[in-house]
Amino acid sequence: MPDQAMPTGENIALQVRNLDFFYGDFKGLSNINLDIASKKVTAFIGPSGCGKSTLLRTFNRMYDLYPGQRAEGQILVHGKNLLDKNQDVNLVRAKIGMVFQKPTPFPMTIYENIAFGVRLYERMSKSAMDDRVEWALNKAALWGEVKDKLQQSGLSLSGGQQQRLCIARAVAVKPEIVLLDEPTSALDPISTAKIEELINELKNDYTIAIVTHNMQQAARISDFTAFMYLGELIEFNETGTIFMRPGKKQTEDYITGRFG
Amino acid sequence: MMSLYTRRIWINRIGITLSMVATSLGLIALLWILWTLFSKGFGALSWDLFTQDTPAPGTEGGGLRNAIVGSGLILLFSMLISTPVGILAGIYLAEFGRISKFASFTRFMTDIMLSAPSIVIGLFVYALFVATTGGFSGWAGSLALALIAIPVVVRTTENMLKLVPTSLREAAFAVGAPRWQVSLRVTLPAVKSGVVTGVLLAMARITGETAPLLFTALNNQFFNANMTEPMGNLPVVIYQFALSPYDNWVSLAWGGALLIAMLVLMINIGVRVVFRNKDKR
Repeated sequence: MPDQAMPTGENIALQVRNLDFFYGDFKGLSNINLDIASKKVTAFIGPSGCGKSTLLRTFNRMYDLYPGQRAEGQILVHGKNLLDKNQDVNLVRAKIGMVFQKPTPFPMTIYENIAFGVRLYERMSKSAMDDRVEWALNKAALWGEVKDKLQQSGLSLSGGQQQRLCIARAVAVKPEIVLLDEPTSALDPISTAKIEELINELKNDYTIAIVTHNMQQAARISDFTAFMYLGELIEFNETGTIFMRPGKKQTEDYITGRFG
Repeated sequence: MMSLYTRRIWINRIGITLSMVATSLGLIALLWILWTLFSKGFGALSWDLFTQDTPAPGTEGGGLRNAIVGSGLILLFSMLISTPVGILAGIYLAEFGRISKFASFTRFMTDIMLSAPSIVIGLFVYALFVATTGGFSGWAGSLALALIAIPVVVRTTENMLKLVPTSLREAAFAVGAPRWQVSLRVTLPAVKSGVVTGVLLAMARITGETAPLLFTALNNQFFNANMTEPMGNLPVVIYQFALSPYDNWVSLAWGGALLIAMLVLMINIGVRVVFRNKDKR
């Protein structure tokens, strides 16, 4: 992709350079290059199997859990390559949080769901932890709904609340980047609207990368949009441009619903 | 067309009848065993059973106190050994050694151990422990029973952990948690009731084991709470007393059998309760 429009004049939070990804012998991503702007929302769209989730999962090296999956190239954060062999994966994940498609509350209390991640990297007093939990739940617009039942199981919440709990859990460790992998696809429209509102709030403090199947969602919430197809980055630009004046035929076909 | 339909109805009726006959055969056998146990063992139930020790040949009365306490101690210690070992090995197999050679070897050996005749395990502990430490002991009995319980716990723990959705496991890694924290704080608690069930079923399995105790704990007709000495235990007492010519011994054997059956029944009911509470949530 020689002529990609990259976010310029912005602070860049994460740079992808010449990234290839392999599932065993199958090449899942080829030669991806893009910059993710700091404190903006970058959306990844494309048909199923195009590699958008795969790309997102390289940003926190989630693929490392599975032998046979490997990434080649560079993913730079503060000038350091995340894909380096001697890069501590757990530290990467503490800096780059992730929220998944299905809500995944841990089997513990609401309070502990938040405190679990914080305790891994910070020592703090009980009262400081209380404050942090309240702060994170506030960030996720969940505090009002759960403040009287912090000692209940996280599994007792509704689906939409669980997903906000997961977002609270991700921001509680104060990451720089939050990755959202189709965070609303298992939720009803009202919960979806709440999460979208939340994403709008969160971008004041965090860099956000979101994978979504829903093009309207990408158009509503993102500043930049990347269109991917068959493991390649077809087009990457400001969201307005992608949706109003796409540069490539494939992008236009996809966003107008002609395929995918 | 109608005849095809009638034919199907008849096939259905025959199928249901056959499966109901099969079910009743199984149920009848079970109820028969329980009935015999109750009718013959109930008479032996009395305070003496719990307060007196096994009687010497030719003496009247007596109870099973030494055997009950011995069985309890042997069971307790074998579960204390097998629960942590089994759960940790299960975690290793499910979370750490998904594809390693060592893990598949362990898995294979566990499966063999699951079906190994218990008398072989008794002889193994006899040769390795009893013969070398110079005597039968409660510890040897606990060890033999633990060896039988471990593979059951390993297998259930591993199977339960494999049911944990990948998304939950990934979510725990995604906050930067190291592998051991993911296992102990997130995935294991997520399948807690299943693992507890495995442990209880393992306990039910070894409660009635006789053969491995014959060569290890042996038996002791006197009260003994010292694990380094031969120890009385219910299965071996039942085995010896049931074959004896003394009426009071035979009666005690029935009483002991009833006690074991009730214990196993209670464990199984306990397992049901654990699962029911889980479903309610």
